[in-house]
Order: sequence, then structure tokens, then C-alpha cells
Amino acid sequence: MSLLRVDNLSITFQSGARSIEAVRNISFEVHKGDMVALVGESGSGKSVTAQAILRLNPASASLSGKMIFDGQDLTALTEPELCRFRGKRIAMIFQEPMSALNPLHTISKQIAEVLITHEKLSTSDAQERVLALLDSVGLEKFKSRLDAYPHQLSGGERQRVMIAMAMACNPDLLIADEPTTALDVTLQTQILSLLKRLQKERQMAILLITHDLTLVRRLAERVMIMQQGQIVEHGDTRGVFANPQHPYTRMLLESEPSGGAVPLKASESPVLSCTGLKVHFPIKRGILAKTIGHVKAIDDVSLSVRHGETIGIVGESGSGKTTLGLALLRLVRSQGPIVFMGQAIDTLSQSAIRPLRQNMQIVFQDPFASLNPRMMVGEIIAEGLKVHKPSLSVPAREQEVVHILQQVGLEASMRDRYPHEFSGGQRQRINIARAMILKPAVVVLDEPTSALDLSVQGKVIELLKQFQITTGVSYLFISHDLRVVRAISHHIMVLQSGKIIEENAADALLANPQHDYTKALLSAAFDTDSQL
Amino acid sequence: MVLSEINRRRWNLFKANRKGYVSLWVFIALFAFSLCAELVANDRPIVVSYRGSLLLPIFHSYTEKDTLEGGQFESEIDFADPWVAGEINAHGWMVWPMIPYRYDTINYRVPRAPSAPDSNNWLGTDDQGRDVLARVIYGFRISILFALLLTLSSSVIGIFMGAIQGYFGGRTDLLLQRFIEIWQGMPVLYLLIILASIVEPNFWWLLALMLLFSWMSLVDLVRAEFLRARNFDYVRAAKALGVKEPTIIWRHVLPNALVSVFTFVPFILNGSVTTLTSLDFLGFGLPIGSPSLGELLSQGKNNPQSPWLGITGFLVLSVLLSLLIFIGEAVRDAFDPSKTFSKEADA
Repeated sequence: MSLLRVDNLSITFQSGARSIEAVRNISFEVHKGDMVALVGESGSGKSVTAQAILRLNPASASLSGKMIFDGQDLTALTEPELCRFRGKRIAMIFQEPMSALNPLHTISKQIAEVLITHEKLSTSDAQERVLALLDSVGLEKFKSRLDAYPHQLSGGERQRVMIAMAMACNPDLLIADEPTTALDVTLQTQILSLLKRLQKERQMAILLITHDLTLVRRLAERVMIMQQGQIVEHGDTRGVFANPQHPYTRMLLESEPSGGAVPLKASESPVLSCTGLKVHFPIKRGILAKTIGHVKAIDDVSLSVRHGETIGIVGESGSGKTTLGLALLRLVRSQGPIVFMGQAIDTLSQSAIRPLRQNMQIVFQDPFASLNPRMMVGEIIAEGLKVHKPSLSVPAREQEVVHILQQVGLEASMRDRYPHEFSGGQRQRINIARAMILKPAVVVLDEPTSALDLSVQGKVIELLKQFQITTGVSYLFISHDLRVVRAISHHIMVLQSGKIIEENAADALLANPQHDYTKALLSAAFDTDSQL
Repeated sequence: MVLSEINRRRWNLFKANRKGYVSLWVFIALFAFSLCAELVANDRPIVVSYRGSLLLPIFHSYTEKDTLEGGQFESEIDFADPWVAGEINAHGWMVWPMIPYRYDTINYRVPRAPSAPDSNNWLGTDDQGRDVLARVIYGFRISILFALLLTLSSSVIGIFMGAIQGYFGGRTDLLLQRFIEIWQGMPVLYLLIILASIVEPNFWWLLALMLLFSWMSLVDLVRAEFLRARNFDYVRAAKALGVKEPTIIWRHVLPNALVSVFTFVPFILNGSVTTLTSLDFLGFGLPIGSPSLGELLSQGKNNPQSPWLGITGFLVLSVLLSLLIFIGEAVRDAFDPSKTFSKEADA
């Protein structure tokens, strides 16, 4: 007997005169104690489906079809009746633990609220249950600090609080919408094993919404692949991964970034190097703003990039990897010598360094934020040319823009359009075009694939490698994802709290990691067989 | 004029708010009408034909002695004078404006001022025998012009100051913020009263004095937008490209900050109208005799037995302010990013 049966569910959004069908005729079942994964790229309708089960969609959405939960049709219930299901029988955890907790209430109050609402417990009884819950989600140290506020917790701890809230009423079904996407790799593993343990202990069903195939392979018993609002393939996880039937599933599985770095000539000279680089932000206190200490964002980092080489810089958020990239390009203040193309640039003024910027470029993580929404693509790409080659005539500049657009796999006609008309992958191509049109010697790639769907990541990496072969550009590839880093880097450095804890040639580091942290990263990225 | 894709979408959103769209046209029509006030309400005829020659009294002044046969006075012709009218009509014709009074024309034929609305003075006269309708038309124009100038100049200054503070931050920001805090504490009304005792406050004096204090309304908004925008990736990308700071501000930061400024402008305009009106009401505003809505209101207050004064002032002001508010609401809709970029929102 299935716990949840979704029958021919369709969800349509009305916006003005247009209507968009986000979910089309999907049917699936979740059994008691099941772990089912719903996989799809952004815009595939997976989150909309998850919200529909709790009927949390905005008013502009209209549902059709049936959702039978434990013998009752959720689509037929009124709002007060639904409230008896939400949180009590079906619970949900969200992607962003930062915004899902109310910053004005203590964590114990927020957990207790669920119990007081649904089980009508007294405050003191609720308190007892809160303690037990904190225990079961591994937050023992907060038992003595029940008055802690969300901002005093780390990202992983917040997600544990979210799970405790979801667990409070022993739900039959837990919907986890990208529960680990906002967390660092090492924390992801902890949270997922916690979920798995709770599922086993409580005989709870989990519907896991995700885009991460490695995660699905390790965790889920059954998997459903969603594309453009439809479930294109479903079945036993092992079966689907071993023998995918639908072309889209095959494409997803094949698009994981693969291969290695492009061949490198042994004798190349260094193009950018630094020794003992430091970026310290002073901590100031008091009226006179006396410096009482420093935040050491980057502490004593030395590296050297040769012509045509890619150095992968790996680390979790807050490790200082982005700051390192910015410091090398003199976009944040730093101490320590930086040598670029044989010239010391750490002592140059900003105006003296401006002509050199043609040769050092950067591509940012977020393809949505890094393009000015008010400028046409052609103007965005040509901006650097206007600065560094002001003598270029308008038609000649146009010619170069068209040429680079074709090189990054876009059409020449797209230069008259605005960024919001493009998908994430296309925007990242525009970003790459903006950097590459100046024919730079070094490009810092700050998580260029992290915001992209899996099927696009591989293609962007291929494009970057293509540029490296044709122009001999050097890359500093910053990422937290070892799978992507492996596919492009010659040399990998692992960064933690601003310090390099391990570095080696890519093959050697991946084959034989020394540091515990590197090992954890490796197992999170590649270890598909071990069950959590 | 070619609109970009985004602006075309904004214009459509603006039009979709029917109330605001209609208000905009009504406002433009009223403002255009009041700009031609001299042709609508004047104490001189528009065209006069006298003994075969055409006179344009609105644009030229003619002395009675030189122009009219048998004219006595060296002064300008008073066309409302019965003898003058008889002489001209006997040897030609004249075309009068719709309302034969200027804002400062005193109608000596009314038995007792203020006089009630009749066929001569459609909205009656005020307590000095001046036509209320003529004064409303001129007063409307002066209010709008004052508000537009004040809004425009205080926006330019406010955006500039906000931009500097937000973009450069740090010490610049700190010092200017403290300066603004002190400056905001100045008692504007007392300064106006002091000013009134030194010079005769005319339109430009008032504008300058109000400008000294009104530019601060936009500073915080623009500053916050710049503080946010200077860390955007596309601004950092422009820095990495080697683009100069003024260009970055002008091309990348300012246009995006202006969106929220535009949303505010109709409301600032509204505030400026109210400011001038209340100063006039209190008697610290435009010089005595100027057409002004505030002065009309204060006459209404002083002459409760003549309700047409207060009611006219109230109706004109409330229509004007409501129109501006409705336009402001439509502008707000048009610049609402969740509507402008709804293509992404529905993904």
C-alpha cells in the first residue's frame, strides 16, 4: 500500500495572459519507508511538484489531478484541513537554511512551536521533546544553549535544526528540497547520513529533490528523472544508472565533466606567480577604531602558473579561494610580491595596472549577476575592447565581437539582445567571451560551473579547454567540486582557512591524497559505491 | 524614439495601470493648458483690429495716446475701459481670451469682494476682487513649475551625493553622512522667516532655499543602491577589464540605481507641490499678489462666508495631488523588477 500516490498531476501558472504548464501529467508513488529521488535540472518542475504536495504553491498556480496521501486526496482539502497534514504527517526541509529559520526566535522556540501547534503540548513537555530531538540530529552541544539564535549557528547546524523541526511530529513523509546544495561538501555527507539514519530509525519515507547525481546514487533506492515538467524515466536507482533508457537520462549521465587537462609543454615559463601572499582584513573596535587583530583571509600562499597551465584551487566556502583570485589580479589589497609576465605588479598603482588588465581576466561564478542587465550582449563583450583598443573602428570591433561569439558557440545575431533572454549556460558563455576577446594571458575562473546545470557544466569545461589549446591561456580554476577540477587542472591546490594544506600534480593528488580534508573531498566527489 | 526591449515592457506595464495612464494624460493636458495661461485668461484681447492695423496686445504693449485716435493717456491701453472698448469696436474688432482677467486684474465692477460665482467671474472673486479662475490657472502653473524644478534639481544633487557616498564608502561616506545628519536638523521654516525679513522672497529665492534642504530625500536611497551595486559581479568584472571609475559609475551602477529613483520621483514632485502651497498658506511663500494655491486656501480660511474660495482651492489641490499619486503608482508598477523580468519569474 503506497503512502503517497500522485495521479496525473498537472500544474499551470497564470501570469497575465500567458499560462505556463510547469508540470505535465506526472504520476508516481512513494511507499512507507521509501527513499525516492526526484532528479531534474533547474526549471524542470521538481521543486514545484514538491511544493504542490503540501499545496504551498502561489495562488497563480492551478492544480489538476489527484494526490492521495494515506487514503485522502490532498487536492480536495481546504486550507484548515491541510494544516493538519503540514508539519505533522508531511514535513519539508528547504534548500537555504539561512532564510528558512526566523532570525528573531531562538532555535528551541522554533522547534517547540511545531510541537505546541500540532500536539498541543505544554511548554515544559515540548521542552523535553526538543532536547530529545536535538540529540537525535546530533546537536547535543546545544542542549545547554537552548536560547541560541540562528545566526550563532553554522550552516550545517542550521540545516540540522531544520531537520529537527521537520522530525518533531514524526512525519510519515519528509520532502527534502535540495537539502545540501547550500552546504559545503564535507557537511553534505554528514547531513545526508543523518537523514538516512533517521529514515531507517523512524520508518519514514523521504522524497529527495536534487540535481546531484552522485548524491542520488549513494542515497536513493528509487529515482525519477524529470525533464520539462514530465517524468521521463523512473525505476530502481542501480538499474537506471547502469542501463538508462531515455535519451535525456543518458545525456545527463554522460555530461558529468570527464577527461583530464590538455597536454602541457614541460618547458613553459611562469606567467603569474606570487610568494608569501597575504590578505589580512583588520578587525577594528572602539571609537578610535583601534586595530585589535586581523582576519587572515589569505595567509602565506605561494603559487606559480606557467603558460598554458591550469591550477585548480579547491576549498570550501570561507576558505579564501575567491579572495586569492581577486588578490592575484590586484582587485583586493594584499601583501607580498606578485609577478605578472616578468613585472612586479604588487607595487603598481591602480592606474598603472590598468593597461595590464588586458592580459589578466576573471570569470565569475554567478552568470546572472555578472552581466549588466541594461546592456546588450554586444556592448558587454565590446567593453574591454573600448578600453584597451580605443583605436579600433566600430566595424572592426563589431567583427571581433561576432568572431568571439561564434567561438564560444553563440550566434552573431545574439549581440543585440539583453542578458535576461539567455539561459545560465549561455550567459556563462557570454562571460567567457567578455574575458577572452582581449586575448588574456591569465584568466581566473571563479567557480564558473557551480551555478550551472550538470548538462551544461561539461560543455563549458570543454569550451575552456578549447581556448587553452588554441590560445595557450593559463587558468586559475577555483572550485569546490573536485569532479570539475579534475577535468581541467594540471596542478591542484587545496585551500583551508586561507592556507594551502596540500598541493600536487593533479593525478598524484587524486591518486594519493595526504590530508584528511582532501580525502573527505575526494570521497564526497567520487565515492559512488559506499552506502551512507 | 526607439525604446529598448526593457523600456517597451515598462511602458506596457505603465499602460496596464489604467488609472495611472489616464492620470498621466489628464495631467499633461492640464499642464499644457496652464502653460498657455496668457492666451486663456488675460486682461488684454488676443488680437485687435483698429482702423485697418492689427494689434497683438498680449505680446506688445501699446500706449493709449499713440495708438488710439483721441487717446489721452501716456500709459498703456486699458482695454476693459468702456471708452476704449467703444472706440475700438466702432473702427474694428477685438478677440478676447476665454477669461478676460489676469491673475492680478482687479474687477472693479463687482459690488463687494469677495463676490460669488456668476456669469462674469465663473468661480467668483477673492477678497481683493480678483477672478478666482484666472488665479487658479496661473497658480496651477506656478505650482507645477516650482515642483518640477525643485524635483529635478534636488534629484540631480541627491543622486550625485548618494552616488559618491555609496560608491566610495569608507571615510567619504562617514563624513557626508554626519554632515547630512546635522544639516537635516536645521529649522527650515525659521530660515524662511529670517530670509523674508532680509530680501523679498521671490520664486527663485524660494527655490534655492528649498533646494538647500530637499536634496537629502534621495541620498539615502541612492547611497544604499550604490553600496549594493558596487559589489555586483558585473561591476567587479568591469574593474577587472580596466574600465575607469567614472565610466563604471555612469555605465554600470547609475542606470540600475535610477530604477528605484524613478519610482520615487512622482512622490517627491507631490511633496514639492505641498511644500510651496503650505508656505504660501502661512504667508512665507511667493511675494504678495502672486497667483498661488496656498494663498487661495488661506483666503478660504479667512472668508468662511465665501465657500467658493476654500472649495475651489481644495478641489484643485486634491485633483492635482491625486493625479500625481496615481501616476506615481503606475510608475512603480512599471519599474517593478518582478513584473519587468517576469519571464524569469515564471521559470
